[in-house]
Amino acid sequence: MKRLNTFPKGGIHPRDCKEASCDKVIQNASMSNTAVVPLSQHIGAPAECLVKKGDIVEEGQLLGKSGGFVSANIHSPVPGEVKEIKNIFLPNGISTPAVVIEMQGEFSRLGKAVPSIPWEGMSVEELTAKVSEMGIVGQGGATFPTHVKLAIPKGKTCEIFIINAVECEPYLTSDHRVMMEKGREVLEGIRIIQKILSPSRTVIGIEANKMDAVEHLDTLIKQSGLNMEVMPLQVKYPQGAEKNLIKAVTGKEVPSGKLPLELGVINANVGTCLSIYEAVVEDKPVIERVVTVSGGAIKNPSNLKARIGTSFRTLIEDCGGFSEEPAKIVAGGPMMGFTVYDLDTPVTKGTSGILALTDKEIKAARQTACLSCGRCLSSCPMGVNPTKIFKLIDNNMIDEAAEAGLMDCVECGSCAFMCPAHIPLVQGFRTGKKILRKNAMKKAGK
Amino acid sequence: MKEKIKITSSPQFHHPQSTSSIMWTVSLCLLPAGLWGIYMFGFRSLLVMAAAIIASVATEALLGLINKDKTVSDGSAFLTGLLIGFNMPPAVPIYVVVVASVFAIAVVKWTFGGLGANWMNPALAGRVFVFFSWTSGMTKWTLPHPGTIDAVSGPTPLGSLKTGLASLTPSVQGPLDLLSAEGVPVSYMDLFLGRIPGCIGEVSALLLILGGLVLIIRKIVNWEIVVSYLGSFALFVWVFGGFRYGTGLFTGDVLFHMLSGGLMLGALFMATDMVTSPLTSKGMIVYGIGCGFMTYLLRFFGSVPEGVSLAIIFMNIFVPLLNRAFQPEKFGMIAAEQEAGK
Repeated sequence: MKRLNTFPKGGIHPRDCKEASCDKVIQNASMSNTAVVPLSQHIGAPAECLVKKGDIVEEGQLLGKSGGFVSANIHSPVPGEVKEIKNIFLPNGISTPAVVIEMQGEFSRLGKAVPSIPWEGMSVEELTAKVSEMGIVGQGGATFPTHVKLAIPKGKTCEIFIINAVECEPYLTSDHRVMMEKGREVLEGIRIIQKILSPSRTVIGIEANKMDAVEHLDTLIKQSGLNMEVMPLQVKYPQGAEKNLIKAVTGKEVPSGKLPLELGVINANVGTCLSIYEAVVEDKPVIERVVTVSGGAIKNPSNLKARIGTSFRTLIEDCGGFSEEPAKIVAGGPMMGFTVYDLDTPVTKGTSGILALTDKEIKAARQTACLSCGRCLSSCPMGVNPTKIFKLIDNNMIDEAAEAGLMDCVECGSCAFMCPAHIPLVQGFRTGKKILRKNAMKKAGK
Repeated sequence: MKEKIKITSSPQFHHPQSTSSIMWTVSLCLLPAGLWGIYMFGFRSLLVMAAAIIASVATEALLGLINKDKTVSDGSAFLTGLLIGFNMPPAVPIYVVVVASVFAIAVVKWTFGGLGANWMNPALAGRVFVFFSWTSGMTKWTLPHPGTIDAVSGPTPLGSLKTGLASLTPSVQGPLDLLSAEGVPVSYMDLFLGRIPGCIGEVSALLLILGGLVLIIRKIVNWEIVVSYLGSFALFVWVFGGFRYGTGLFTGDVLFHMLSGGLMLGALFMATDMVTSPLTSKGMIVYGIGCGFMTYLLRFFGSVPEGVSLAIIFMNIFVPLLNRAFQPEKFGMIAAEQEAGK
């Protein structure tokens, strides 16, 4: 058999733990009585709030208007009354205003006939405007506003469009299930993006632990004679990281500090493609997404289609609750996700998973001094020297750390996962980057 | 529930290995060879090992207490003590063992900042320190005497070789021949299984190789160092090892030199110490070749029969340099370099 592609440098093989939920058909999640809809669910400026306390909103009504160039619209996931607008903390530690809606009245979409708008006749501008209007953001976890990504600056062209269906994070199976159950819609979404970007080549990258999805999409593509290919890839974390996926698919390296467009490549997550299909064909804003609820402390791990603003508690209860005391509740995957301390945390556009992990799973241990074992170096997909950079940051030598490649770090967590001394490397790098940005801003201010 | 839940930065789960699990795994993999040594050399060797371990752990505990740093439980001091015990002749005076252990932990490890900060292997440094301070005590060898309590002294194969070569009988064809002529015959099987005089833990090549393989499979020991060390040493011995017997190039007795002395213990368990070996694969290979070359030089031209410990310590000195010379290649630098080249 032909050896599958992957990125050559670094990478790790954590146990993928997907077996608990990879065969579970997507179920509709319950809705909480109140939906808490944060106005910042994306990278960039928060949306500007358009409603006030006491307003009656409809399902899918615009709650927040894109508040800048890099920002996205926010829509109401449920019909109801705006109870209050309060500040909440998101799992990533950012405080944002959120609209609290008490569910009441009639759903305008739920249970109604789904429209099917022909899009082939629409122009590129109309399609991009639709993507922007419906508040679509990258659903792999980074939540970068999609309409910004699709607007190619003058002088650049997109040659290769890569669909990220790698789902390299352990436990998560939402993309896998979307491909299995919504394959046609995903492919239709890809065709819409193809029209916007007109790439010469379109590749769907899927890791080999999802061969059923590879075969399923391949069959669908062949049946309809679509101009795209499915590429199975070796299983290795972090293959879903943008630059590593491009390396795996094209064999080319995006230059350090540059965007993929430098190589004429644009990436999009497979879930984003589905949202684009729904936005354009079904005229539906991003008001729900598929969330994997899994982990050793969850009774029945499942894939749930949940409304934005639904609390983690509701979803966990839908899965039968906890089977044992969890040690950590994680929003996202175990490698890059954030721990939450409050089960009232709402699902947002970027919530790919909710994990309740047990002590046995997290394998925490006491931090010791660095042993210079070199595992962080051999696992780093960006080829930097994590232990050196960490020590530089620890000694407040931030500029030297930047020189050593701090900004190349994608925070994938491979180094910290491997570190036998359990040194919080990624945490150190985040701190270092923050100080670096602060210093740069200070300099610019003067 | 809120009180018990953990809030941490990502990643949220971890590889099963930790510092202490690594230390205890290495200790466990050394155990069979140690038990073999005790079986071969009797109760006295158990006493030596116990003294080394107790002295090391006690020193670590005391210094940890003074420095308010609880590091005894990570198992590193136990491992250092175990390795010092492995590197002692069975009949060595106990106070020598204690001095070696205290020197290793207090001077070599803690004066540089404790775990992870020492620049040379503490166990080896302890052994070399007492070797040159109490040479007669450190070269008092015991013949294997499994099952009996009567310890009879006798030289190690490498020791006999050194003295034999000084007054070389012209007709010998190699080390085994020479040892027969000296009246201390030894077979490859004796060397492989460990039925020879030597340090307590170094004699059984078989059990050390088995333990080392487990560590290589678990990626605790880097194969790069082991392969480059043993490979380069074997190459030098094969090419130049025959000169002393007048048999010319490519006639050296590789098997004899691979299985005798502390080579297996050194190459598998001492040169591969994470703290004192390079960070990258390329650095490890250069380091291993250096160890192999130095071991060859010291064994064939040095004034003492064995050179493994000095060779490893010598290469430990170069580790910071090797780390600087062999940095990993940063992702996305190919294009940048090409541009700069234009």
